[in-house]
Amino acid sequence: METKRIYVDHAATTPMRREVLDAMIPYFTENFGNASTVYQEGRTAKKAVSEARDAVAKAIGANTDEIFFTGSGTEADNWAIRGVAYANKAKGNHIITSAVEHHAVLHTCQALEKEGFRVTYLPVDEFGMISPEDVKNAICDETILVTIMTANNEIGTIMPIEEIGKITREKGVVFHTDAVQAMGMMEIDVEKMGVDLLSMTGHKFYGPKGSGALYIRKGVKVKPFITGGAQEKNKRAGTENVASIVGLAKAISLATAERCEKVPALEKMRDKFIDRVLEEIPYTRLNGHRTKRLAGNANISFEFIEGESLLLMLDMQGISASSGSACTSGSLDPSHVLLAIGLKHEVAHGSLRVSFGESNTMDDVDRIVDSLKNIVSRLREMSPLYEAVKNK
Amino acid sequence: MSAFLKNIMAGKKVVIGMSGGVDSSVAAALLKDKGYDVVGLTMRLWDGEMRDGCLSEGTCCSLSAVEDARYVCYKLGIEHHVMDFRADFEKYVIDYFVDEYKNGRTPNPCIACNKFLKFDAMLKKAELLGADYVATGHYAKIEFDEKSGRYLLKCAEALGKDQTYALYSLTQEQLSKTLMPLGELGGKEETRKIAEERDLVTAKKPDSMEICFVPDNDYAGFIERRTGEETIPGDFVDENGNVLGKHKGIIHYTVGQRKGLGVTFGKPMFVLKIDVEKNQVVLGEKGTEFSSELMAEKLNFIPFDCLDEPIRVIAKVRYSAKPALATVIPVEENKARVIFDEPQRAITPGQAVVFYETQGDHVVGGGIITGEK
Repeated sequence: METKRIYVDHAATTPMRREVLDAMIPYFTENFGNASTVYQEGRTAKKAVSEARDAVAKAIGANTDEIFFTGSGTEADNWAIRGVAYANKAKGNHIITSAVEHHAVLHTCQALEKEGFRVTYLPVDEFGMISPEDVKNAICDETILVTIMTANNEIGTIMPIEEIGKITREKGVVFHTDAVQAMGMMEIDVEKMGVDLLSMTGHKFYGPKGSGALYIRKGVKVKPFITGGAQEKNKRAGTENVASIVGLAKAISLATAERCEKVPALEKMRDKFIDRVLEEIPYTRLNGHRTKRLAGNANISFEFIEGESLLLMLDMQGISASSGSACTSGSLDPSHVLLAIGLKHEVAHGSLRVSFGESNTMDDVDRIVDSLKNIVSRLREMSPLYEAVKNK
Repeated sequence: MSAFLKNIMAGKKVVIGMSGGVDSSVAAALLKDKGYDVVGLTMRLWDGEMRDGCLSEGTCCSLSAVEDARYVCYKLGIEHHVMDFRADFEKYVIDYFVDEYKNGRTPNPCIACNKFLKFDAMLKKAELLGADYVATGHYAKIEFDEKSGRYLLKCAEALGKDQTYALYSLTQEQLSKTLMPLGELGGKEETRKIAEERDLVTAKKPDSMEICFVPDNDYAGFIERRTGEETIPGDFVDENGNVLGKHKGIIHYTVGQRKGLGVTFGKPMFVLKIDVEKNQVVLGEKGTEFSSELMAEKLNFIPFDCLDEPIRVIAKVRYSAKPALATVIPVEENKARVIFDEPQRAITPGQAVVFYETQGDHVVGGGIITGEK
């Protein structure tokens, strides 16, 4: 008997919505024109890109000419950080970020350190929260960029972006936020947040993979990252991926319009899941903040268990979840985020991220928890560490 | 394969360890042919060392090896998983390897890897996957003996490739759940031929000869980097304690070694013994490197649980040693004295001594050679 699979890894990626696909298809075929050309096919494509730019701007409270399309969220992060760093080299060489950023930010900062920039990696508290006070204290005359994520991809913690925005505004430092995980899950308004740059990708909100956008506030100096043609106002070369841009815009419009109706359902599933697991499975802990967390995200550590075995057995029972962030090599290093919130290596290894999405139901929550109870007790039976604890 | 046999096998699930080499690729293909439900598993054992800012990848766990294994699985139409065994590998293989050398012994990391990783950690993961068996690309045969009710380990059909030496430590439980389809093949040429016929990307990959985590073969350098300690030079001495010269540090030497001593003595000299306490390497002249006896510990026997009385065997003191007639005499709990009919060259503490039947080609058991006389 084949049971229905339950997909709860929406933080890794989401299935594309039918409406998004429908909006994209004409731009693969009949409206195939190069958006940089002057004739009719080109103009049709150009119009689609402009409308998409408008839709994205509207969704985040920006102006149309402040939106630049990229090939991914990672590219947007790379461009924002390197672009600001290189453009402001004469002003200073100090960058402030947090210890729990996505690798797209962390590894870029590390690479810049090798090029002579100085980077401060601010610690977080036990909930994964950064302190605005720490940001304030870290800013010095040399500081040219603060980059702090809107919400964490692993443990879902929502950062105090508005407070940080006030500080950077006051100090006159450029502020970038990686909003890849937050987009579609919470209100994103660049004015309220006080950010100067913001990264996103379409595939986290039911849009296409390989689509991304960077918001750059007017007046903020950013060096181009990919050079070539004059696309994206000379700032990001490469023939516009029209279908993908249209898809991202359609997806963000849908997500924004339906957010108020859909997010509470995700929160209900998340909370029920967390409550049941913590109550019914011993030696577990919730990672991240209890309330200031992304609607669909639950991250739990199960002591005496390896995340890898847990995922494997969930997969066999038809459940797709994650133990941290997705990793191409198939390796499962202890997550830098879980270590940063103070978890020991062995506890970090036994962690599970469940991220709910549109297709999930409350019944799914029950089925996942029931499966987890069986799997966790079976895996613990095999663990010598658990044996020792039980016999105490 | 008859339809009848296929029916028996249908639904039996086997997880095969796939290193990304030609042997395990072909073993997977053969199991699929036999009708098993085959799942490929690449064990992530070791990341390689960072040296001069570049990653020196081991031969068997590199990302390209993982990719090769994955392509073979796609080609064969079987599932493929990559799983992390790095913590166990570090503990049971790398740390053991380093400790043994520091204690003046010569370890065999493949035996440790088989015992703790392939037939223990991997077996446990396979059970989680709901598998009935694990399989490997080793050249050896496993048979069930109705009479004794035990699983037996037998040399491969292709004696030149036989790998039973590194498998003597398998328990009955492990043997009962293990398949080694290459044991029936005629040798490496046949394996490569099958791989080529199937158009597997691994068909022409060269054989790995060195220790997988020391791709440049400089194991002493590996140990120094790993421990962060430079080895301390000491004296070469003869059997009477007379100083003959200076050595580079004991980890650079292994019993029986003649080449690469770094000093010439006007006549061939061999490493007879490594004395950790005194930091000395004892050398002897040609002829003295032979001895007729050894003590073995951590014994494992395959056709029976323990040895109660002396038996006659054919024994091998290293992977490439010529098999030699010997008597194994149990002395105390899990220890035995092995007396050879003819003296053996360079009996090396830390290496395994493996026993075979005097008539036939079954493995009787084996143990680790101690330094005791």
